[in-house]
Amino acid sequence: MSLDKATVAKIAHLARIKVPEADQDHLAQELSAILAFVAQLDEVDTEGVAPMTSVVEHALRWRDDVIDDGGNVERVVSNAPEQVAGFYVVPKVVE
Amino acid sequence: MSYVQGATGEWEVVIGLEVHAQVVSQAKLFSGAATVFGSEPNSQVSLVDAAFPGMLPVINRVCIEQAVRTGLGLKAQINLFSVFDRKNYFYADLPAGYQISQFTQPIVGHGEIILDLPDGSTRTVGITRLHLEQDAGKSLHDQHPSKTYVDLNRAGVALMEIVSEPDMRTAEEAAAYLRKLRAILRYLGSCDGNMEEGSMRADVNVSVRRPGGPLGTRTETKNVNSIRYVQQAIEFEVERQIEVLEGGGTIKQETRLWDTVKHVTRSMRSKEEAHDYRYFPDPDLLPLQLDQGWVDAIAATLPELPDDKKARFQEQYKLSLYDAGVLVADQASADYYEAVARGRDPKLAANWVIVELFGALNRLGKDIADSPVSADKLGGLIDLIVDNTISGRIAKDVFLAMLETGKSAADLVEERGLRQVTDTGAIDQAIDQVLAANPDKLAEYKAGKEKLFGFFIGQIMKMTQGKANPALVNELLTRKLQA
Repeated sequence: MSLDKATVAKIAHLARIKVPEADQDHLAQELSAILAFVAQLDEVDTEGVAPMTSVVEHALRWRDDVIDDGGNVERVVSNAPEQVAGFYVVPKVVE
Repeated sequence: MSYVQGATGEWEVVIGLEVHAQVVSQAKLFSGAATVFGSEPNSQVSLVDAAFPGMLPVINRVCIEQAVRTGLGLKAQINLFSVFDRKNYFYADLPAGYQISQFTQPIVGHGEIILDLPDGSTRTVGITRLHLEQDAGKSLHDQHPSKTYVDLNRAGVALMEIVSEPDMRTAEEAAAYLRKLRAILRYLGSCDGNMEEGSMRADVNVSVRRPGGPLGTRTETKNVNSIRYVQQAIEFEVERQIEVLEGGGTIKQETRLWDTVKHVTRSMRSKEEAHDYRYFPDPDLLPLQLDQGWVDAIAATLPELPDDKKARFQEQYKLSLYDAGVLVADQASADYYEAVARGRDPKLAANWVIVELFGALNRLGKDIADSPVSADKLGGLIDLIVDNTISGRIAKDVFLAMLETGKSAADLVEERGLRQVTDTGAIDQAIDQVLAANPDKLAEYKAGKEKLFGFFIGQIMKMTQGKANPALVNELLTRKLQA
């Protein structure tokens, strides 16, 4: 599987990463090489084998339905570039 | 099958619904922050919900239980193994840049809902799946001319996304589906079904095709928050799509939104590119594994659901399909009715609850939960009718007084002297007075104008302030006129 320049541009946009057009060809080659490396796994016969979801033999931990967090407006918005009355404030995003 | 008539022939409408139902729980799906509606902005946010670096999600046991309960209530397959995935997109109220959801392996698989249609018929709609996911935060766009304010109180609250098969054919069926789903969720206690507060929202998928033809391209109208709007959005989309197709155009598969002011759907351009969600299993969460014994224990605690209750009401109380359907529409009404019917004539009880009580609550804009007349007191009123203390007509006046005062029927009857007159002497006296006061009418009656009988009855009831036993008045008057 190899990526073309247009796909690289699209992935970059979806990830909100700015990739100048001049770098896109090069990046396409690099990503293609990575995909080719990983594609070696396709050679293994996995017929009838369930996908592995974790390498550890742990069960998912469950929490009880108890309120033990929150009430921390200042800490929550502390890193926001702008805040008003406890709200995060961002440039207008509206339909 | 009901088709829509277009300019060039008939069209069949195909509707599927995706409902987001907020799970009833104290804390969020993956954090210990509270879920209460309407609190101060960002006061119910843990650092997990705000996606601070290094914070890890831990799943809430009750949210899993509620999803399983709901699946069981929808007669659906419970998947003992399910997986959480990341759905990736950027929006200001989604701090992590992804929503934790379930994609290829949801917790609940195929189920069904039986719709009760207004004509009394039923129709089964398939449920494709139900999965657990996080809600996003809330964006306020009207607080500032060039800024959006973001509140993350809702971010991370557990939602059940319940996806139907494209089995509905009319806006009415879609409404019946939502009503029934809401009733089931409320019976189960897994979602409060409150659409105004956003705890239940629907994405509406609509397409049209020639009857029996291949499926048309669908549009998805997002986040419609009332049953009436869902119906209006469907009706608008159907008309719009037929117009486009008959005009030689094609329908674009797209996301639209319902404009509650102009009553139209319109395209959401920003969503067009966002459909590439690049799902992958969330590395922060292991697969969710359930024990069949645990699921069975939940199944054993399910309440009697609307369909079963309706069947039992028809069987046990000999109620009509319609009456049983009205009474089981929500659990509080059904419980109220059963309390009134206990040890009494079940049909008389149903009439009083459906006609008089529901009518009154409707006028007062009240819920059955805050009915001014308790089931016990309404039962007391019915007892007075049955033992002939008051007539059915007087009972209606007593009921109105009960609504106003909250007093018992017996007290009001005593206080206002409404006890029915069954003393034949007193009734005879009233009859004599009425006949004596209307000699001309009496003469007409004797000359053959028999419908004046009703006039005399009316006058006698008026003279006794409605308290005379109607059957006795009838009997005594007949005897006197024949004499």
